[in-house]
This record gives sequence, structure tokens and C-alpha cells, in this order.
Amino acid sequence: MSVITLTLNGEMISGLTGQTLLEVIREHGVELPTLCHLEGISERGGCRLCMVEVNGRMTAACVTKANEGMHVNTHTEKLQNYRRMILELLFAERNHVCAVCVMNGHCELQSVAAAQGMDSVRYDYLSPELPMDASHKRFVLDHNRCILCTRCLRVCDEVEGAHTWELKGRGIHSMVITDLNGPWGESPSCTSCGKCVQVCPTGALYDQGSTVAEMEKKHDFLPWILGGRGKKEWNW
Amino acid sequence: MSKTITIDPVTRIEGHAKITIQLNEQGLVDDARFHVTEFRGFEKFCEGRSFWEMPGITARVCGICPVSHLMASSKAGDAILSTRPPDTAVRLRRIMNWAQYVQSHALSFFHLSAPDLLLGMESDPGQRHVVGLLQQYPDIARRGIRLRQFGQDIIRMLGGKSVHPAWTVPGGVREALHPESRDEIRQRLPEAFDTALLALSLLKDSFEKFERETKTYGDFPSLFMGLVTPEGGLEHYDGLLRVVDSEGKVLVDGIDPARYQEIIGEAVEPWSYLKFPYYKPYGYPDGMYRVGPLARLNVCDFAGTPRADRELRQFRRLGSLGKPVSSSFHYHYARLIEILFALEKIEEFMEDPDITRTHIRSWAGVNQPIGIGVSEAPRGTLFHHYKVDQQGILQTVNLIIATGQNNLAMNHTVKQIAQAYVDGNHLSEGMLNRIEHGIRTYDPCLSCSTHAVGQMPLHVQLVDAAGQVVAEQVRG
Repeated sequence: MSVITLTLNGEMISGLTGQTLLEVIREHGVELPTLCHLEGISERGGCRLCMVEVNGRMTAACVTKANEGMHVNTHTEKLQNYRRMILELLFAERNHVCAVCVMNGHCELQSVAAAQGMDSVRYDYLSPELPMDASHKRFVLDHNRCILCTRCLRVCDEVEGAHTWELKGRGIHSMVITDLNGPWGESPSCTSCGKCVQVCPTGALYDQGSTVAEMEKKHDFLPWILGGRGKKEWNW
Repeated sequence: MSKTITIDPVTRIEGHAKITIQLNEQGLVDDARFHVTEFRGFEKFCEGRSFWEMPGITARVCGICPVSHLMASSKAGDAILSTRPPDTAVRLRRIMNWAQYVQSHALSFFHLSAPDLLLGMESDPGQRHVVGLLQQYPDIARRGIRLRQFGQDIIRMLGGKSVHPAWTVPGGVREALHPESRDEIRQRLPEAFDTALLALSLLKDSFEKFERETKTYGDFPSLFMGLVTPEGGLEHYDGLLRVVDSEGKVLVDGIDPARYQEIIGEAVEPWSYLKFPYYKPYGYPDGMYRVGPLARLNVCDFAGTPRADRELRQFRRLGSLGKPVSSSFHYHYARLIEILFALEKIEEFMEDPDITRTHIRSWAGVNQPIGIGVSEAPRGTLFHHYKVDQQGILQTVNLIIATGQNNLAMNHTVKQIAQAYVDGNHLSEGMLNRIEHGIRTYDPCLSCSTHAVGQMPLHVQLVDAAGQVVAEQVRG
């Protein structure tokens, strides 16, 4: 792996070939908001919050490899405006009612919105009528809180190996589904491992019996599992 | 020429309402109505949500009495789970409920009604509010505010915050009482008792001054309904339903509150968003009943704590010949007795060695399709009725709120005061304030009962039979 040099917000920095821009930028202490990105699973480039300007052109840092001589800007006015706009659109698209959500106070969408200074939504709320699926013994799926980041799909497929989760529909009509769109509780492939619940950034997936602001999630199991696999610490 | 006077909105109440007064050809009051002009819709938009979330959602019905909704909703959740919360959890729920009585009743008495009671019903409207009270009676106003703060602080100590604490949940409560909080509550109780007793003496000393008001501010026969303990004592959290008539005859006793539909019907009128619950056997509108502090003290046989029982004996003397106390003006007195009772009960529970136990939650799944949770809110009996599917997703929600149950009585009160004080030919602001006070005696919470929050200036219109505005007065 060779060292590359690039300009980040006017300063010369270095990185390694093969690294994504997001990795290089964060290594140098610049915070970029993300929602679909999660250490340990593949990148999707779906939420577009980590958009940066590379040589004047916008691109998602999580899915762009760092290259020699890149001029990268992370916090221009234009980018910040777009980030707030993206968040507002997420809030307007489904029913994110933080005050009564099981993840209030622990939600990544909520904290990213607060950090980006999103204090109002300029778009009309769509207020779609979306169901909840509480058929699983241990977990609940609430489509109202889902931002379609697909972390659940990726962790289920790439780490658990069950591939229970999928997406149906297109664009704004997309929905996460289990197997062939049956109730989660009847899924033959789900191992009830709960990884999807733990990686979900919002209150879309949570533990049965959780009440308002009671659900907290942990991601630290992912590096632990993956690290163990990589080092062949597992004997089975 | 007949006229209509409109008081819109009614002030120093919780929610949005207006009053219309219909005058006849001679300028005398023909009829008066209390219209609730806000709509919330909780019953509808909760459908499709999980019953586990309901305490958190329904607490948002109100910023004054979120705890009442927490109680009724959690109890409905207990019923769906078919589980009994641990004893400590039930006791902690009761403490929070009483703390809410202290804060809510203190708000009603000191902040909302004391300006009328101490400064005068027809005093300068520019001073007739809590700030005016602070200027003229700084000590009383300050003590009242501190009493309310005490109630709020207990709620905060238990639930983490004083408004909308998501603390009671189906199966119990989320956090135990910390020993340090228990000690702080104990230490602050004496001051709270002093303030409650001061308020009681102030009110009782003013009874002579308000003789006419007592007879005209909602003094009429009606039924009374409330929860009582199995022994017939004053109850605020659980218990059995009792209904008594204006003669003191017990019509319904010891009925499980989950069977409320057997005795309560709900009617609607096109001129108000607030439903009109009535006592079914007597039909609508003859089945008018009152709930809340006055009703609770009228239906119970005793309070169950020494100081409150002493006051209750004095309270009973206000009813003629042993009959229930019929004037809604005495809601104020009943409210203060309930503060005293709540403080005594909190004091008693603070001595319970098990009160700081940490086993406070029972766990279960959906075992019943129907959950009915009933508790006494500061304003009266509160019903939460949920129907869920096998996954615990709400199919229907019915909330019967205390204020709604007083709707018929509030309309009756408005008419009675209007007939006693309003002269259509000489309209004055003070006159109309009396009518508003009639509503304040019930301490209605319209945000709760229509499933909004806001400030209300006053708008009065005199309209002739042809609908022409002949006089108008606007305030605030």
C-alpha cells in the first residue's frame, strides 16, 4: 500500500491507497455525518450525508477512493445546505415523531439532525400510513421510523449470513421486508440474532416491550465478531 | 330583540373554549352554552401503534396532567399483559399520582382561581391574574408556586422530568425511588403541609364573602361519580366505581371500572368538540353527573388520613341535611382537601421500608385483547380503553376524560351564573368573568378532553336575533 497526498480543506494530508475518502477524512479529525455507513459492513452510499466536493464536484466520501492530488472540501456552505435538506427530506418522508419514539435520545437520525442544526422541516410532511410488524417474539419493525439505510440488509447478509432482509418497491415507495414479504415472526430464514436491530440507526427496529426513549443500541459487537473471524479465532 | 353574547375564548382554563349566552326580548338570559373549540384526535392516530408506546403517547395529551394519562394507560397495558406490577411499583405510581394532585390542584387554586377569589370576581382585569396576585399577596402567591414546584419535583425525582415522564409502563415503572430523593421529599413535606393549611384557612374565611356565588356557581342537583377503595374510602389510583345521587343515595357501588360502559353513555352535540358522557340508566341529558374533587369527596365514606378526614367532616356540613355538597363553587374546597390528603399519603408512603426496592417491573406478552385502565385524574375519573390484535397493535382506542364527564354540569353552571349575574342591557367585563370562573371551578382541561395548548384572549359579542353584532368587547 503506497502513501498518497491530497488536500483536505486547504491542508495537505496523506492517506493510503485503497482507503475511502471517508476513512482518510475521519482519520484527520474532520467529522462527516453519516447514516448508512457502518464500520464492519459494506458501503452503500445511500444517505448522501457524507457528500464532499472533490475538485469542485460532489461525491459521497464513503464510496469514493482517495486518490493522489485530490482537492477535497467537506464543509462548504453548499454542502451544509444539502446535508440539512437531506435530513429534512428524511423527516418529511415518514413519521418520525421523536418525542414518543422508543429511540428518543439515542437515535442517530435525531443526533445527526441536531448536530447539523436542522431545527425545522421546510417540506410538507407526507405522513404516510405505514404499518408496524410486531409478529416477531423478540423484535418489532416500525416502517414509520425507517430511513432505508439498509444496514439491516447488509449485516444480515454479510455478517449473519441469513439474508432475511430485502428491499421491495422503488424510490420513496421502497420498504424493508423479510423473506418474501411475510410477517417477520413467520420468517423461516431469520435466526433471531438481533444484529439488524442493533445496527438500525433509528427506532425502525427495536426490542419487544420497549417503551418511549427506552431502546439503546450497541454496535461494538461488529468489530469484535469480524475481528475474530479475520484472525481465525473461531474454531467452528 | 333577542341577543347572543359570546365569550371567546374563555381564559385561565387549560384549552380552547367559548361561551355563548342567549338573551331574550327583555335582555334576560334564556340559555347559555359552553363550547369547546379545539380538536385533538388522539383516539384516531393512536390506531396502528403498539400499546407499549401508549403511556408515552397519551401523556402528550396534556402538559398539566400527563401523569394521569400515564397511570390510566399503563393500567390498560397491565390489563393487556394480564400482569400485576410489583407492589413497590404500584406504590411508586400512587406517589407520582398524588404528587400530580399536589401540583395540578395548586395550579388551579393559586395560579388560576386565587386571582378571582382573593382580588375579587369583578376586580381590575389588568391585575386579576397570578402576577397581580404576586404584587398584592406576594407571600401567598410565592407559597402557592412553591407548593406546585414540590409536586413537580417529586414527579421529576421519580420520572426523570416533570412533564411527560415516560416512567410508568405496562407492567410497572422504569426507575426506582432513590433513597436520597425519599429523604428530600420527607424534608420538604412540612412546608407543603403549611401551605395547604394556609390555603384552606384562606378559602374557608372567604366563604361568607362568597355566599351568593356558592348558591349560583353551579348549585344544582346532579349525580356524582368517582372511584372509592373497597372499604369506601377516598381513592385516586385504583378502586371501584361508585355513583350517588343528589340525595346521597348510592345508585352504583363496587362496580369494576372496566365495566364502565354499562353505566356511562356518550352523546355528541353539533356545537362542541367535547362529548357529553351521561349516566346510562337515566338517559341523556337527565343522566348528568359530576366527577372530580367535589364528586370524589361526595361519593367516599371517609378519606383515610387524619387531617383530610377532619376537613372532610367540615366539608360535609356544607351539604344540606347530610346530602352531598351540591355547589360547584366548593370544588375549590374539595381540591384543597385533596392536596392535604395527597401530602399525608406521600408522607405515609415515605415511611415504607420497601419503597426504595428495585424490583419494580413485571414482564409478559399480549395475553388479553382488551385493556381498560381507569384512574382518578385531578379533574375526575379517566378511562383508557384499548383493543389490540395478537401482536399488541392497537385496533381501537377510546379515551373518556374527566372534563368531558363534567360537560353537562359545566353547561348547567354557565347558564345558572348567566341567569344570576348577566344583564344584557348593561354588559360588563366583570360579569363575564364570573361566568368564566364558573368554568374554572371545574378546572377543565380541554386539551385533554378533546384529544391543544395555547393562550386565550377574550372576545365578547352581543348579537341580535338577525345575527347583527350590536356590541363587542375584546381583551388581550
